[in-house]
Amino acid sequence: MSKQKKTMNLNFGPQHPAAHGVLRLILELDGEMVERADPHIGLLHRGTEKLIEHKTYTQAIPYFDRLDYVAPMNQEHAFALAVEKLLSIEVPLRAQYIRVIFCEIGRILSHILNITTQALDVGALTPALWGFEEREKLMVFYERVSGSRLHANYFRPGGVHIDLPAGLPEDIYKFCEDFPKVIDDLETLLTDNRIFKQRNVDIGIISKQEALDHGFSGVMLRGSGVPWDLRKSNPYECYEEFNFKIPVGKNGDCYDRYLCRIEEMRESILIMIQALKKIPKGPVMTLDTKIGPPKRKDMKTSMEALINHFKLYTEGYHVTKGEVYSAVEAPKGEFGVYLVADGSNKPYRCKIKAPGFTHLQAMNYMIKGHMLADVPAILGSMDIVFGEVDR
Amino acid sequence: MSTNYNNLKSLIENNRELKIDKIELIHDNLILCSSIDNLILNINVLKVDSNFKFRQLIDILGIDYPQKEKRFEVVYLFLSHENNFRISLKTNIDEHEIVPTLTNIFPSANWQEREVFDMFGIKFADHPDLRRILTDYEFEGYPLRKDFPLTGYKEVRYSAEYQKVIYEPVKLAQDYRDFDFESPWKGSEYIKKAQDKANES
Repeated sequence: MSKQKKTMNLNFGPQHPAAHGVLRLILELDGEMVERADPHIGLLHRGTEKLIEHKTYTQAIPYFDRLDYVAPMNQEHAFALAVEKLLSIEVPLRAQYIRVIFCEIGRILSHILNITTQALDVGALTPALWGFEEREKLMVFYERVSGSRLHANYFRPGGVHIDLPAGLPEDIYKFCEDFPKVIDDLETLLTDNRIFKQRNVDIGIISKQEALDHGFSGVMLRGSGVPWDLRKSNPYECYEEFNFKIPVGKNGDCYDRYLCRIEEMRESILIMIQALKKIPKGPVMTLDTKIGPPKRKDMKTSMEALINHFKLYTEGYHVTKGEVYSAVEAPKGEFGVYLVADGSNKPYRCKIKAPGFTHLQAMNYMIKGHMLADVPAILGSMDIVFGEVDR
Repeated sequence: MSTNYNNLKSLIENNRELKIDKIELIHDNLILCSSIDNLILNINVLKVDSNFKFRQLIDILGIDYPQKEKRFEVVYLFLSHENNFRISLKTNIDEHEIVPTLTNIFPSANWQEREVFDMFGIKFADHPDLRRILTDYEFEGYPLRKDFPLTGYKEVRYSAEYQKVIYEPVKLAQDYRDFDFESPWKGSEYIKKAQDKANES
């Protein structure tokens, strides 16, 4: 008599708190063992790429804030770089430094959220409460520079929207001095915590070769021992002027990815301190008036400046024909924009390469043979945000 | 940076195994054009050859040019970690052609091809699981084609009458305003129409 194997189907999400958003994961279970996982995504699909095709280049930037909404400026950065490449314009050095500072703030924002929610998924509540206090401070920096806590719309092709307000660099510096202490506190809660280790060590192991095959990038790749970071290997902006290390994992499990993120936050703080010390004075927007808007002060007295401003914010600038791919090291991995310009004031096609999309794709591969309780742990360590997966 | 890419360009041009139709370098973006029949061969060479080692597939995307005879472009983005190079490989297809799948060479191609299928209706031969991915379960049409309207065809709401979610044709309270920036001094279409009407009467 042959033994018949019975599997059970289980819907994980779309309203499960550990699904990190609107993921519908259909699990095929053999007892408590996961045989197969079929992620159904797209519940947050907003047609960003289609909308961008109908907007001018300036109007397209806010859509990037709404992709990975825990680190908005990193996304804007990729788009701004792509447009700058097509226009062949130089960004003033001060703007580059400001961008670096805010990209690192974004990285810390994202890593705090990920680490603490990963801990929350495996049963630890306190880190989330401690971490969110720090995120609040960082979002205040966002607010002070751009006027909004999340959807900043601050990086523009050619530079950044406005200069840092008075007192902000000092306050960010103060934060940089205090924050390592908070990382230490978080580590005392988690790094040697017996429960946290039991739930994460040797869970969701992915080898170097598997990580490459599945198109991983960012921490998912570095956790498996591939020293690859676009800030080092392909320095964009002024990252080559900074001294920092790339933390690399050894075993490629959830715990190594957690450790990588902790170390990356420390490196981000170092980069920010260096940037704040070295930040030069000067303009923050390209002086090319075809792309950068005129000064508010000039608009009060000069008719030409007023016309220029009006044209820039209605018609926008025309981007030379061409195709370009630009990628940045976003907190979650390689975030890229493939931009096709046809010479008009709107992008012809703007493809967004979201790291989370490729990572979530490997869910079925990584979860196979694990217990049901490991699903949130693996999902948490992947750092999925549905804004960017679904686009 | 661009000197590196010029070297890579000459390497690709001189490689005998590759069958590339056209090769161009713009803004450090090396674009290779390949016919659909040579696609798998080219990708295999690019992945294995020690000069290239493009071992990671970054993304697959479609571009729609309705006015062209071969309507769609499928672009593959590759990355070589060892040599620190990126390339884009392009192939042109018309609406009825079927592209061979890359899932056997790069597992990550699976969802990316599903997305291209979902958005453009481009089919991939021998794909293990070619379902829609981002759009709704019973969605019709291919949203990123240029002839698909921005508003879509159907909208969804909860109906208290039927006690369930229902789909209805899109009803806009106000027309979508698509400004014509190209010829601001000649007047937009709707102004011209109004003027014509005034002239007739």
